[in-house]
Amino acid sequence: MIGLEHYLTLAAMLFVLSIAGIIVNRRNLILLLMCIELMLLAVNFNFVAFSRFHGDETGQVFVFFILTVAAAESAIGLAILVVLFRNKRSIAVQELNTLKG
Amino acid sequence: MYGYYLTIVLAPLAAAIIAGLAGKQIGRAGAHWVTIIGVGTSCALSFVVLKNMFWGGAGPENIAVYTWAVVDGLHMGIGFLVDRLTALMMCVVTFVSLMVHVYTVGYMREDPGYQRFFSYIALFTFAMLMLVMSNNFLQLFFGWEAVGLVSYLLIGFWFKKESAIFANLKAFLVNRVGDFGFILGIAGIVTFTGSLDYAEVFASAEQVAAQNIEVFAGTPWNAMTVICILLFIGAMGKSAQAPLHVWLPDSMEGPTPISALIHAATMVTAGIFMVARMSPLFELSTTALAVVIVIGSITAFFMGLLSIVQNDIKRVIAYSTLSQLGYMTVALGASAYSAAIFHLMTHAFFKALLFLAAGAVIIALHHEQDIRKMGGIRKYMPITYWTALVGSLALIGFPGSSGFFSKDLLIEAVRESHWQGQGAVYWIAYLSVLLGVFVTALYTFRLFFLVFHGKERMDAEARAHLHETPPVVTVPLILLAIPAAIIGWYTVGPVLFGDYFGDAIFVSESHDVIGRMAGAWHGSLVLLTHSVQTSVFWLAAAGVLSAWFLYLKRPDIPEKIKNRVTGLYDLLDHKYYFDDLWIKGFAAGGRSIGQFFWKKGDELIIDGLLVNGTARTVGRLAGVLRQIQTGYLYTYAFSMFIGLTALLGWLVWLR
Amino acid sequence: MMFQSVLFYVFAAMMLGAALGVVFSRNPVHAVMFLVLTFFQSAVLWLMVEVEFLAIVLVLVYVGAVMVLFLFVVMMLDVNIEAAKRGLTRYAPFGIAVALVMVIQLVQLIWARGQGVTSTGGFVATPEGYSNTKALGAVLYTEHVYAFEIAAVILLLAIVAAITLTMRKRPGLKLQNIAEQVAVQAKDRIRVVKMATEKKQ
Repeated sequence: MIGLEHYLTLAAMLFVLSIAGIIVNRRNLILLLMCIELMLLAVNFNFVAFSRFHGDETGQVFVFFILTVAAAESAIGLAILVVLFRNKRSIAVQELNTLKG
Repeated sequence: MYGYYLTIVLAPLAAAIIAGLAGKQIGRAGAHWVTIIGVGTSCALSFVVLKNMFWGGAGPENIAVYTWAVVDGLHMGIGFLVDRLTALMMCVVTFVSLMVHVYTVGYMREDPGYQRFFSYIALFTFAMLMLVMSNNFLQLFFGWEAVGLVSYLLIGFWFKKESAIFANLKAFLVNRVGDFGFILGIAGIVTFTGSLDYAEVFASAEQVAAQNIEVFAGTPWNAMTVICILLFIGAMGKSAQAPLHVWLPDSMEGPTPISALIHAATMVTAGIFMVARMSPLFELSTTALAVVIVIGSITAFFMGLLSIVQNDIKRVIAYSTLSQLGYMTVALGASAYSAAIFHLMTHAFFKALLFLAAGAVIIALHHEQDIRKMGGIRKYMPITYWTALVGSLALIGFPGSSGFFSKDLLIEAVRESHWQGQGAVYWIAYLSVLLGVFVTALYTFRLFFLVFHGKERMDAEARAHLHETPPVVTVPLILLAIPAAIIGWYTVGPVLFGDYFGDAIFVSESHDVIGRMAGAWHGSLVLLTHSVQTSVFWLAAAGVLSAWFLYLKRPDIPEKIKNRVTGLYDLLDHKYYFDDLWIKGFAAGGRSIGQFFWKKGDELIIDGLLVNGTARTVGRLAGVLRQIQTGYLYTYAFSMFIGLTALLGWLVWLR
Repeated sequence: MMFQSVLFYVFAAMMLGAALGVVFSRNPVHAVMFLVLTFFQSAVLWLMVEVEFLAIVLVLVYVGAVMVLFLFVVMMLDVNIEAAKRGLTRYAPFGIAVALVMVIQLVQLIWARGQGVTSTGGFVATPEGYSNTKALGAVLYTEHVYAFEIAAVILLLAIVAAITLTMRKRPGLKLQNIAEQVAVQAKDRIRVVKMATEKKQ
């Protein structure tokens, strides 16, 4: 019997995996963005699971909005990335340290 | 009379404001006219007040003019207490001031700071009147500080002169020492009586005298003694008593009219006046009186000695002033307050006269002040010569002159005082004033002979221009010479023995030396005829003769004496090293303490450790923390995750 | 039931595998492809719990639009893969260690520490004739209509932002300005100069 805990565990694993991705792929901005997408997906998993567990559609409305915001976020993120690449000819994160104190 | 008093005080102030602020508009003549009119009004009204007191039988008046503040029951106000003591002082102050105003017209003729000068001296008159007419300690202190301020401004009147700036700073600082004592004394009075008003304070004086104060734990002192000594420290500063006398000789850097008005006739006598005014307090503390009389004796005798070796005409008179102030202080200490005030009055006239005469000589010689470059001026400046002779005779107490009556009776009072048979204090005081007579005569006539007689030692050019000064200078000299010569004759009886002061001066029964002397008083003439029998006369005569012999007959002898006793001469020439003590000892010590606190306390600890140290610590800490701020996104993300892990760990495993 | 469990585990395994691929693949294009697979698997897993509408949206919006955008950018930028790849192994062990600690924590939290909240159990059965899309729409357009409007504005904002950021004017580009062309007048073009006649030299 597949229940809430299975979904939650799966979401947790996905989330941690994306964290590991952020730490491991610390050189590539595109990969960082993709890992963030994965993270949001993990969160969405939790919402979906709880929504179905409680029989309440509000959780799914949440997912809907998160998807919207995530789409907007990745659109802007990619736009920034493009501008960045245009200016620096690189998207390597180690070169983006102009904010260094 | 209320309107009179207000006018007396405010007329000089108004004149000072007009001359000071609108000096350019009204011009030089306008400045001296407005101030002379202001002070003249004041002077005339003061004589009216005196007349009403003296002949009209008007009693003392205590008028509250204005309440400035009331703080916790402590009433601070402005008011006038006009009794016979005040009336006398008012007349002396305004009269001498008026004479000096007139004289200044001639003396300062070519000075660019003409209007400023008149503004200052009129302001001084205002301040001095506020001081003497005050009916409370606050106003007294106001006047006290105001005259000090004007004195400071006037000593440094020629502010481009290095020595003048040094002298006025010195005067200011030394007076601060005295004022420190003075204000502590006033604080003591407020503490014990809760009032600043003279009448209330005097009324509760007995209770204060019954109390003790522990300045240092475990050593109770009589409250009245402490208060009186503190007040007297103020008087020491203002009236230039040893060891706070050092500023007065240096104050001669100011223009001569100022030396006459402020540093001889009026301001320096403020201390004497104050002690006389506080007689109800001082009478209750024998210890304080002992301090007063000893300080006075030291000043009277030793400052007189210094005068003998001085070569600057004004400094000779300045040391003479110190010595005479010492005499007055001795009289105060002997509870002969009226004798002190009487001497104050006569001294004001003849010392102002001497100073103005000296000033006349100085302008005639184009600001030459060294008496070694004078001599034989008699035939060039007859009026100055005769008036200066009158002043000198009055100063040494020549029989019949005003100084004779005041000084002779002062010495008599000291001899008969309650200190008689009290051991050291009595003999110090009595011998000082007695020997002081000889010293006074010696230096006075040394000066007189060196300036007016003997060889003409000035250079040819100066001699060519030597002539009598204009009337604006000589008229004040003559007008001052008249009271200097004769005022003693008429006033000694009523002022000293006729109970002139009445309630203004309080003398306790056992101290009342003047009262006892009154029994032997048979009028001025009797005193005059008996004068040849007194030691005072012969001492003065001996002084004059010595001066004549040493400086006219055998001018080579002083030089020999000087070479013979170099040690003593050096001691006198260096003014007993008091200047060195203050400047190298206290001032330099103060400066090095200041330097220490500045360098170590301020720069090292406060600036270095606390202010900059804080900044440096923050800076270093930031330098360490800055390493974390790599600017790389992943570093921030990573530390965020580590934090999240730690939080989760705490939630899951530890909670 | 058994069959559904098997399916869940299969799809979950595939999803985690695809996610691993996203994280560890050396080629960004491969990574995007793995991401697409991950989204597909999660859509399937959502279908299994009867969240049909969101599953479809996920495929349409994410896979159809966002992922294509990613792919587009990755290909357009032509990133030097070798340079991006370097440093992958150096921090990897530490990152994986942190990730492992975290996953242990989370799993422990879910399975053992359900204090007050039941985190285990099956899902609510849906009634007969239940339409997920209808139910979601009923809530979305009534209760959450305000948030819905805001979401629309956010999307508009994203469009504006993305265009503003990336649009640039190239130098030397010749453009027509119709308004200026229409507004032009004769005196802008011709200048009439009056002058004295010049003599022949």
